[in-house]
Amino acid sequence: MATAVAHEAPATRSVLWSWITTTDHKRIGILYGVTAFAFFLLGGLEALVIRLQLARSENDLVSADMFNQLFTMHGTTMVFLAIMPLSAAFFNYIVPLQIGARDVAFPRLNAFSYWVFLFGGLILNSSFIAGPLFGAGSLSVAPNAGWFGYANLTSRAYSPGANIDFWVLGLQILGVASLAAGFNFIVTIVNLRAPGMRLMRLPVFTWMTLVTQFIVVTAFPVITIALVFLMFDRFFGTNFYSVSAGGDLLLWQHLFWLFGHPEVYILILPAMGIVSEVLPTFSRKPLFGYAVVVYSGLLIGVMGWGVWSHHMFSVGLGPIPDSVFAATTMLIAIPTGVKIFNWLATMWGGQLRFTTAMLFAVGFIAMFIIGGLSGVMHAAPPADLQQTDTYFVVGHIHYVLFGGAIQGIFAGIYYWWPKVTGRLMNERLGRVHFTLSFIGMNLAFFPMHFIGLLGMPRRVYTYGPELGLDTLNLVSTVGALLIGVSVLVFLVNAWRTRRHGDIAGNDPWGAATLEWTIPSPPPAYNFTVIPEVVSRLPRWSRTQMKAIPDVPPEPVHVPGGSYWPIVAAAGLAGMAVGALFHTLWVVLAAAAVLVVAIYAWAFEPFEV
Amino acid sequence: MTHAPAHAHATSTGLDNKKLAFWTFIGSECLLFGSLISTYLIYKGRSVRGPTPQEILNIPLTSVSTFDLLMSSLAMVLALAAVTRGDRLWARVWLGTTALLGALFLGFQAYEFTAFVHEGLTITTNLFGSTFFTLTGFHGGHVFVGVVWLLTLLVRSFQGKLGPDKTINVEIAGLYWHFVDVVWIVIFTVVYLIQ
Repeated sequence: MATAVAHEAPATRSVLWSWITTTDHKRIGILYGVTAFAFFLLGGLEALVIRLQLARSENDLVSADMFNQLFTMHGTTMVFLAIMPLSAAFFNYIVPLQIGARDVAFPRLNAFSYWVFLFGGLILNSSFIAGPLFGAGSLSVAPNAGWFGYANLTSRAYSPGANIDFWVLGLQILGVASLAAGFNFIVTIVNLRAPGMRLMRLPVFTWMTLVTQFIVVTAFPVITIALVFLMFDRFFGTNFYSVSAGGDLLLWQHLFWLFGHPEVYILILPAMGIVSEVLPTFSRKPLFGYAVVVYSGLLIGVMGWGVWSHHMFSVGLGPIPDSVFAATTMLIAIPTGVKIFNWLATMWGGQLRFTTAMLFAVGFIAMFIIGGLSGVMHAAPPADLQQTDTYFVVGHIHYVLFGGAIQGIFAGIYYWWPKVTGRLMNERLGRVHFTLSFIGMNLAFFPMHFIGLLGMPRRVYTYGPELGLDTLNLVSTVGALLIGVSVLVFLVNAWRTRRHGDIAGNDPWGAATLEWTIPSPPPAYNFTVIPEVVSRLPRWSRTQMKAIPDVPPEPVHVPGGSYWPIVAAAGLAGMAVGALFHTLWVVLAAAAVLVVAIYAWAFEPFEV
Repeated sequence: MTHAPAHAHATSTGLDNKKLAFWTFIGSECLLFGSLISTYLIYKGRSVRGPTPQEILNIPLTSVSTFDLLMSSLAMVLALAAVTRGDRLWARVWLGTTALLGALFLGFQAYEFTAFVHEGLTITTNLFGSTFFTLTGFHGGHVFVGVVWLLTLLVRSFQGKLGPDKTINVEIAGLYWHFVDVVWIVIFTVVYLIQ
């Protein structure tokens, strides 16, 4: 049994190899964070090109076809390659620390999730330069049917190129990564809690992670099947979305949104969890109504399953379904509103410290309220019929996902950066980042409500000057560029403080939860001894937990790593590549690699 | 945890990690098959051309294969019991029997699929063909994985590496096997019996 107390893997291997074979949840968290942020920048660049194209009427910066690819990839990237994996970065790094564990339940499965996510993202984005390989007239054959890829726009008859193949195969691969991580984190949170860490002592971020993972493992099978149908239609000529064979196009919409609406909560609940950690710390007050926040998170997770058809009011399901889904949609605003009042009450009377993390957390509350209110507006079918497929909906989703999820994630980055790097971020640059981002997002997204209500549909590559929307669109574009500048400020801050920031120490914020009891960055084994938890806020409560010694009293076993996860992930990705080129032997060879890797993985000696 | 297998950690719930993960996996699989079965039901009777289920499904034959799969679940239970009490001979007999019955089920399915193709029903013929082959094919794929899994356990047993300390591995394989069996009962009812 390889027993090591060193912080790093044995030095006989190169640094690169140690990252490729790592099964350390902290390193995997960093890999997730860096990769997802790179995809976030890519999706952001796509957004900037979209906004530049729309800056004035009858613009011709990009072609209509390129525009389709850009908005499809922007949406797909931000949902599946940026926000979800950025949240996963926090799940990985923070959750084991918050529950007092030394790693996740299945460290190699965790590595597998990351590599599958990376390969899936690369396959999806390789479509931008893969045109010549498929005999296409253009360099780029990126997916072009929108991020919810409505049938039968996606059928072989109407999308003959490789574009949709990239989308359908890429998303299936990403689904595997999410599902594997889902099982892993459910078991980790349920089973790996330190002694005394009862469920109702879990930090809210960990609670929201748990709820999110339950949504993931139940929602992703549904999109998987929807995508399998689409793949079979495109590759084998089945009839699932074929109207001439009697198929119903609404099948796709139902399956997609049955996944798609829970997906919204997969994107936002982790951010809500982060905000629920940041606000108490910088208000110097325990979270107001902890239990209610937890229960409303659970309720959101459950109710999120009963609202999907509000994405489909305009297809004419009839008055009964429309009324039912309008009612459930309005109801789900209640637990969300409860959370908002709890956050406000947490701040009320607290000793507020407006660090950058706190600014983003407060910004989250404000912007999420706007996104939530416009959401309740189109919960009413008559209003929705005016708003659907216009820029109003684009404005709504960006208030929820940028003002909500991304701001929450930035709050988390500023909050936990010192824990991960051991260094504090520069607060002045942080405030510049927040201010530019906050102004930029409101300039970019608020006018979209008016642009939409004045009649501009989403997903058109240009518009005529007679609509009179040039000014509003220009304002929106300027806002988008401001967001871009704000992200550059963040990158400068991250680059500079990564090595040269002020030393953070164990707990730079005076926070309450378990991750702040250990050094920053934490040693490979996290805790020298597994802590015994005696209260919900271990560092704030009067009943002190037993101190954690600085050096392990006895040698701590650290797993040595494994390369089989990346081999298995490569096998899975290879199957998709073979399918892209309609080459059966590649699919079979890659499947063989996957099978060999699974067996080698199952039988390799690996002590957790 | 007095009977904890080697290397197992005491968990917060007392449940084995792998077992808990597998239960969540089964929960997830329920939605996978739920989506497939719902689609089959939604598209039932909507094919614009034949063959229809009434014309082509062979209920007596499939009843036999259903019985075969049910019996494999019984064999699985006996295999787990044998491994638990450390009875190597009977562990091998019952693991082998379970795998064999599973393979037999796949044989029935291969025969059924071939017969349908000869009678003019393929996955592209009509909505019934698309939904039927996809649903039962997904299930067959699960049975195939199960058979490979059981054969792997059988090999481990012959290698002398499937003692009572490995009961949990057999138990999890059993969970999978029973789940796949239960799914078939639903499919048999929905596709074959309720026409």
